Order: sequence, then structure tokens, then C-alpha cells
Amino acid sequence: MSSDWISFDFGALIDSFWATTFDGLTLGAIYALVALGYTLVYGVLNLINFAHSEVFIAGAFAVVFFLSALGFGPSAPTLPIGMLILDLVLAGIIAMVVSGGTAVLVERIAYKPLRNRGASRLAFLISAIGMSFVLQYIFYEWRGATAEPAVTMFRPKPIFEVFGSIIDSQQLTIFIAAVVMMVCVDQIVQRTKLGRGIRAVAQDPDTATLMGVNKERIIVATFAIGGFLAGAAALFYVMRVPSGVFYMGGFILGIKAFTAAVLGGIGNVRGALLGGLLVGLIGNYGATILGDSQWTDVVIFIVLILVLMIRPNGILGSNLGEARV
Amino acid sequence: MSAHSPLSSVGAKQAEAYGKLGHQRPNWYLRMKSWWNDRSRWQQWLILLIVVVLAYLLPVINPPLITTEPSNDFAISCFNMALYGLVALGLNVVVGQAGLLDLGYIGFFAVGAYTASLWTSPDSPLVHIPYLWTLPLAMIVTVVFGIALGIPTLRLRGDYLAIVTLGFGEIIRLLATIVPVLKGNTGFQNVGRPPGEIDGAPIFSASNGLPWYWFTVTFIVIVMILLGNLERSRVGRAWFAIREDEDAAEIMGVPTFRFKLAAFGTGAALGGLSGALLAGQVGFVNNQKFDVPTSILFLAAVILGGQGNKLGVVIGGAIVAYVPLRFTALGGWKFLIFGIVLVLLMIFRSQGLFGKKPKLLTYTARIRRKVKKEGPPGDDEGTPPKTAPRRGGAA
Amino acid sequence: MNAEANLTEVAPEREIAVAEGDTLVKVKDLSVVFGGLTALDSVSFDIRRGEILGLIGPNGAGKTTCFNAMTGVYRPSQGSVTLEGNSLLGLKKHRITRLGLARTFQNIRLFGEMTALENVAVGLDARHKSGMISAMFRTPRHYREEKQIITRGMELLEFVGIADRAFDKSKDLPYGYQRRLEIARALATDPKLLCLDEPAAGFNPVEKEELMELIRTVRDEGYTVLIIEHDMKLVMGVTDRIVVLEFGKKIADAVPAAIREDPAVIAAYLGQEEPDGTA
Repeated sequence: MSSDWISFDFGALIDSFWATTFDGLTLGAIYALVALGYTLVYGVLNLINFAHSEVFIAGAFAVVFFLSALGFGPSAPTLPIGMLILDLVLAGIIAMVVSGGTAVLVERIAYKPLRNRGASRLAFLISAIGMSFVLQYIFYEWRGATAEPAVTMFRPKPIFEVFGSIIDSQQLTIFIAAVVMMVCVDQIVQRTKLGRGIRAVAQDPDTATLMGVNKERIIVATFAIGGFLAGAAALFYVMRVPSGVFYMGGFILGIKAFTAAVLGGIGNVRGALLGGLLVGLIGNYGATILGDSQWTDVVIFIVLILVLMIRPNGILGSNLGEARV
Repeated sequence: MSAHSPLSSVGAKQAEAYGKLGHQRPNWYLRMKSWWNDRSRWQQWLILLIVVVLAYLLPVINPPLITTEPSNDFAISCFNMALYGLVALGLNVVVGQAGLLDLGYIGFFAVGAYTASLWTSPDSPLVHIPYLWTLPLAMIVTVVFGIALGIPTLRLRGDYLAIVTLGFGEIIRLLATIVPVLKGNTGFQNVGRPPGEIDGAPIFSASNGLPWYWFTVTFIVIVMILLGNLERSRVGRAWFAIREDEDAAEIMGVPTFRFKLAAFGTGAALGGLSGALLAGQVGFVNNQKFDVPTSILFLAAVILGGQGNKLGVVIGGAIVAYVPLRFTALGGWKFLIFGIVLVLLMIFRSQGLFGKKPKLLTYTARIRRKVKKEGPPGDDEGTPPKTAPRRGGAA
Repeated sequence: MNAEANLTEVAPEREIAVAEGDTLVKVKDLSVVFGGLTALDSVSFDIRRGEILGLIGPNGAGKTTCFNAMTGVYRPSQGSVTLEGNSLLGLKKHRITRLGLARTFQNIRLFGEMTALENVAVGLDARHKSGMISAMFRTPRHYREEKQIITRGMELLEFVGIADRAFDKSKDLPYGYQRRLEIARALATDPKLLCLDEPAAGFNPVEKEELMELIRTVRDEGYTVLIIEHDMKLVMGVTDRIVVLEFGKKIADAVPAAIREDPAVIAAYLGQEEPDGTA
């Protein structure tokens, strides 16, 4: 079916189903990492941290600068595997530090003063979007509107062949690393003292304070964790989309990641993983059917609306704090 | 508007002097405010009339320091200032009055502009109608979009509305790019204009900003009157209550969902109207004009002007449009500047330049005078008088 | 009197179907469960038209939970609440108010930036019908309703005794005025049942006495009242009947004199109650 307004091509999806699926899962893992940042901050502060998308892209800029300085460029370098892994891990760590730092900075500048003044929710949201905007345009003034020169890390090698489609080393790396990190965060939240503090503040900040939990420290820690995860996501993002680092690069990914968080259950750590993978898949399938990758964003937005209409608590339900009345 | 009132006591003046943040308000502000309150009603209307006339004459006067020339034609700059003012009025209903954070207002603006183009431009396959008809049409179409967007999301918390509207704004831009009929970058040329010619040349054209400016200012005046009526009514009170404490409002019998939808729809309609006006003046519409950063500029206009204050947000809109036109060296810095302004305002002065609580009741002049002068009937100890409101219904 | 004329003008269908003394509100087997905690456990009681019913119990007994379940803030896990035979469960909060149940709040929830009269106006608006068109174009209906707000609104403010501050922002009012404004606002919705959630909190004995007088007058004017209170003297002094909750269950339901002697009630309060009735 085709027209001047919109066209559907289901055949294209059937032909490339598995390839689309594996790619979707890879993207989904990246979305999930970013979604965790949104979901944790929302669980603890009941606030959508709009600036999280810029926290993410800051990490991406850091990755590009670091790797360019090391000599990476548009074509994949020839390095011994050990060197390569070392460089990538270093890049990842630097991204995590930069993103984590940006996240904490945003919290201190834009949110803490409002908390101290007992500002309304609307004020927090406006400050959040203002901060997101400011960071975007700092990047714009600093690096311009065009994307950073592409930095290719390695040429993906085919590893498996499943159902006639190839899973390559890049997809595998991203997926496994992302899942491992998310499991770590889940364990931190469930088993450690810090995690208990986070869950306590998410459920009832005042009682938590009375029980001796340092609310400010928990808040900073939450932003920092979200930032670290976004930094890791940034590394994988540059791996997957080497020429996608520019001032607006965080914005659309941010909306997708937030959709993932809502889909899985806002405030729910496992929900972020599930939501991310689903969003990655649905976005890819939609783009294949509709014939243009820009349709991905439209499809995902419609998913967001549908989730909010039908099941606003998400698939796995919000559970970091109790569902508030 | 306050009636002629006796001089306030010193105590009241002192109280007024200490604004929200506990600072002393500047003396000139207080003097202006009490001078205004001392004017009689007809004097206040006369002053407003003079201000409105001056506003109409602004591009004609073209004052030297304020003018945006030579870089930007002043009449067209004034038109842009007025247009942003109208947009700010619409967004103010949603954000300032009802307290709903709409970050994708540009979407409604775009829908209005494309509606005007689709039905008047020769580049469009659709049937052509006179430009003036596209104004109400644009408003209707945007209201439909607004309601379609509002119904699923207004039931939920404010944060979700913010991100959904943000997505909406971006989606509209994307659709303008990828839906073939909307012509992406190429866009629509020769969008229609209101009829009328002088000496064989059309009155409304892309190069002559003056008629468009007057047209828009007239809309602003009409809209401000209608919005003022809404403020001082059941609707305005409901919006204010929803913004203050939505749950308490609903428990007091306010059908909150219905009124939130009404606010959203009203804002949408004004956004659509503005978009159609822009399309007419510029004469050319494509996908480059409607991005999310502009949405944030709209928000900055409302916050800067003072949420809830109609005149304030119009001025806020004018400022946001004026600054980059006057100081052309700024270019893309305007986004960064207004973003910083937003954050600073939230931290230090959330009521913006002119934020104030509007009056929510009509016909109160007489009773207000009575209460100030003599207090109510009943005894002084504060015990309830025996004249109680009898509850209706037979035993 | 003006009030009656205005009432019939705006809300002609506001007759109460139930006769004096008959059951107006029936709460039956009401339970509210939060996660693992049963806040309210199969509570049943009636509220009769024209009476002042007290709902008391030690802290955590479930009084406010019961209130919230009746007014649509919490969803009960089982049981029913009916007003004049109409079920209130699952209804949106504003529908419940329209059906005739109004309330005040334990921690005052006035619209702080609005003036006293404007707060009352919002309550009155529950019975009005002006919408977008009427408001924008100032139709006769709008005119009628706005005028009614002035007359009936000022009447209500005079009734509770705060009309001298009608045009002050409610957040600027003294505490006693704010509490009374909440009552005026609730009365403005023209309820059949007025629910007061700890209306005397923070009052000194003189103010409590005035409040008791006000509540009696409210009842004399034809309203039915449900009060949650901690202050025994006030409860004993103003109520016709008392329902006692403990740990989410009802443990007593009788006239004040009987409640005072009831061993279960005394035990529940564990000596908090002095013989002369002060809490």
C-alpha cells in the first residue's frame, strides 16, 4: 500500500526480519542504559530529568575527543586486540566520568536550589527543560551544528549466524556489556546499603530521613549512577553510530529512552531493560515497514501515547517507590 | 480593574513593599502601582486606549534607538513581536493559568501554518479557499489535534504531559519532513493573504509588515478581552484551582479533566491562529521553521513575562522576538541566552517580570468598597450571626 | 430569605430524598488494604439525616482512611458506601461532591493564592453551569451565577464569621480564619453531608467553643455532619452519636454517654482519656 501520505511495506520486514531484530536488540540495549538514568531519578525525585539526554551526549563527545586524540578516525584502525580493548575501556571510563559529572552538576545547579525553596513541580520541570536547552546550546556554540567527524572503533566481525542472519562482534559486545551493567545496577539497588537508601527515599523521603538516610547523598548518588550508565551508553552509541555525535544527538534518543522507561514501568530497574529492548525492536520494525528511518521516531512516540493511555504504570509496573495515589 | 479606592493605609503599603522574596520593591514601582489604583475607571480605560493606539503606531513612529533597522525591517519586526505576543497569550492559558506544561506548542503553530498553506498555496493539491477562511479552519484543526493529544495524557501527571508534548512538537516537524504531501524542505510558496488592494498592489504582502502588524495587534486586543472574561469566570477559577491544588479542586466539585482539556484546546486554537498568520505574512512555509527549540523560546516568553498575566506574557513574547532582531550579532546565541534566563527565573524569580495573581471574580467593585469601609453585618466577637444560609429541602 | 431563592434558582433538583432521622449515608463492610497493611477492616455504620456523627479512635485507627474511602480519594478493596441509596464507589471525586458529599481537610488545603471569597466561589461553582462560551461572551447565565457568588459567597463568609477578610488571600489569613474558610468553602458546594476532618486542630478552648456553636448551627440549618476529631470534650459536647475505630475495626457505635463508659473504648485509648473528657 502506497500513497502520497504514507506507505506500508510489510514485505521488507519479512525479508529482513532477523537482521532487523538483532539490530533492534542492540539499539534497545543502548536505550535501556539511558532509560535507567531516567527511571532512577524519577523514582527518587518524581522528576523527569530532561537534561539526561545532554548528560548522555556529553559522554559521547568525550568518547569522540578521546579516541580522535588517540588517532582513531573514520576508517577502522589496525591495532592489536589488547590495545583496542584497552582504548575502548578507557574511553568508556572517561565517558562515564564525564557523564556522571555532568549529571551531578545539573542536579546541583538546576534542582537543588529549587528543592531548597520548596518550589512547585512545574518549576522543577521548567528548570529541567531549561537546563537541557542550555547544555544543548553550549555544545552548539562550542562545536557547531554539524556532527563530529566519525570515529570507527573496529570493523564488526561476524560471530554467529542465526536463522540466516549474522550477529556480529559489535552487536554482541554492546548487548552483553549493557546487560551486564544493568544486572550490576539491579543488584546494587536490591542488595546494597546504597540501594536500600535509594529505595527508601523513593518510597518516602521524609521517613527515610528520619531513619538516618542522608537524602542529599542518595540524590547525588542516583544522579551519578544514571550518569555513569549514560556514559557507558555513549560509548556504545559511538560504536554503533560513529557519525551521530552532535548537539542535538541526545534529544531524540532521550525521548526514546524515556518511552522505554515508561513502557517497562517508570521507577522499575528491570522494566528499563525490558522497555529498552522493546523500544529498540518496535522502532526498527516500524522503520522497516514504513520505509524511512525517520519514521522510527514517530512510531515510538505513538507507542508512548498508547502505553500512557492503556497502561501508564508500564508492563512490569512502577515499583521503586510504591505507586502513589 | 480596581475602582477608585481611598488611599491605602501605611500598613498595607508596607506589606506590599515586601514582595514574594522579602525584598523591598522599588519605590518607583509602588508609586506607579498606587497612582494606577487611584485613577478612576474611565481614566484607566483612557490610558489603556492611548497605550493601544501607541502600539498600533509603533512601526510608523519607528523610534531611533528601539528600531531594528537597518538589519531588519521594523514593521516586519513589529509583526514578529506581535505574533510572539499572540503565541505567548495562547501558551499562557495552558502553562500560566492551568499549570499544564506544554513543551511542544510549536506543533500547534506548525499545524496552523500548514493548514493555511495547504488550502491556499498553488503548490498544494487541495482545493483552494480564500485565506481568511483558513484562520478559523486552522483553529479548528489545531483544536482537534489538541484534544486528540490531550485525552490520553491529561489524565496523567504533569510530567508525562511535558514529555508527550515535547514528543508531539518533534513529531510534527518529522511528519512535515517525511510525509510527501507536506513537501518537506521545498515547502509551500505563495501562501494566501487577506484580500484588498491599493493602487493595484495588494495591501497585505510579504514585504509590507504594517497591515499584518495591525491585523495581529487587533487579534491580540480581542483575544485579551475574551481571555480576561474567561479569567473572571467559573472557567478561570477552575483553571487557577487546578494549578494550585488539583486534587483539592476536584474534591471541591471541579471537573478537572474537562477543564484541563478546555485549557489545552484554547491554547491549541491560539497557536494554530498564530501559525496561520505567520504563514500568510511570510508567504512561504516549509519544515525548517518549526523546531522544538522555538517551542522553548515560547515557553521562555511566558515565564519571562509572568505566568498568568496576559499583558505580561505579551510583553514577554515581544521581548523574546525583539532581542534577536535588534541585536543581530546574537544569532544562535539567543537559544542559549533564553535557556539560561529560564533556569535563573525558576530559581530566583519564578513569577517573571510581571507575574501577579489576576482577579477571578466579576462585579465585585461595590461589595469590595463595602467590606473595606465598614466590615460585614454581624457582631464583633466573631461568633456566627443567626442569619445562616438555610439548607434547601423540606424536612 | 435570599439564600433560599438563590438555591432553587440554581439547583432545583437539590431536595433530599431521605426524611429526617432516616439513613442518609450507609457505609457497609468497607475495607481498605495498602500492600500488606489492612488500614480499614469491614467497617459498617450509618449516618442519619440531621445528626452530627463523630468518628473517633486512637492514632492510626483508620479514621482519615475511612474518610478518604468515602470521598473517592482511596479505592476500597471491598465494601460499599451509598448516599441516599446511590453508590459512591468508583465515582470521580467531583461527581461525589455533586451528589452531595463535601469535606474539609486535616491539613488545610485552601487555594492559597486565591482570596477567601474566591475560594468559596470555587465551591459555589460546583453547582454552576457557565462554560467557555458563557464566560467569554458574558451571557445572562454567567451574570446570574457571578452575582450569586457575591451574595451567597458573602453570606457564607458571614456565617462562619470571616467576611471582614473576604478579599484577602487565603494564605494570609490567620489560622482560625483559614479553618473556618474551609468550612465555608465546603458548605458552598451545597452538600447533603458535610465531613469535617479534625476541624478544631490547633484551636484554643475559646475557639473550640465557637467552633462547636458553628457546627450546631450548621446542623440546625439542615446539614448532616460527620466529624473526625481527637478532642474528647468537643466530640462529647457536639455529637449526637459516636463511632469508634481501633486498628481499622469498629469497636463501638453509640450515644456519647454510652461511649464514655464503654470499657472497650477506654481500653483502646489506654488511659489517654481523662475522666472529664479532655484528650
